[in-house]
Amino acid sequence: GMESGFGSDFSSGGGGGGGKLDPGLIMEQVKVQIAVANAQELLQRMTDKCFRKCIGKPGGALDNSEQKCIAMCMDRYMDSWNTVSRAYNSRLQRERANM
Amino acid sequence: REGPGDTGSAMDAPSAAGLGGADPQLQRFIEVETQKQRFQQLVHQMTELCWEKCMDKPGPKLDSRAETCFVNCVERFIDTSQFILNRLEQTQKSKSAFSESLSD
Repeated sequence: GMESGFGSDFSSGGGGGGGKLDPGLIMEQVKVQIAVANAQELLQRMTDKCFRKCIGKPGGALDNSEQKCIAMCMDRYMDSWNTVSRAYNSRLQRERANM
Repeated sequence: REGPGDTGSAMDAPSAAGLGGADPQLQRFIEVETQKQRFQQLVHQMTELCWEKCMDKPGPKLDSRAETCFVNCVERFIDTSQFILNRLEQTQKSKSAFSESLSD
């Protein structure tokens, strides 16, 4: 579990003394947690949007057309996310160039 | 000058000095990651908003009209954010000028 990364018997690969936490490892772990949080955020919003687009009156199960719609919707949501990310990045670059 | 989308938050870069303590490497890391996260959050937010405005029925691909709409949407959202900040700044300025003249 995560407990093994902390505590006094943890030592870094560089042969440091016991009881010292490796900031490099902490940073890596934080990056992973941030990535996980972002993925969860994306999935949550994608699920919301695709449910709204694809599911009309909820039936007893997801039928084939609903499933196809959800699959396409997922891909389009990713496309949209990437488009927005690029557009926002371009705008930021432009703003910085103007400053 | 404030960048677009910089509405300010508790995790503004200057206050990151309190976190990470004396370690400059950790401090830098926090600043960078905070900045990245702010970017990510805005992308999430704008994707959500622009989806409502630009997406009809999800098709086999993102057509060029929808793509243009998304790009315009991002630009207009940031314009809106800047407009609001600028106008707020102006109304605050005129308010303080007003209250200064009252206290004479």
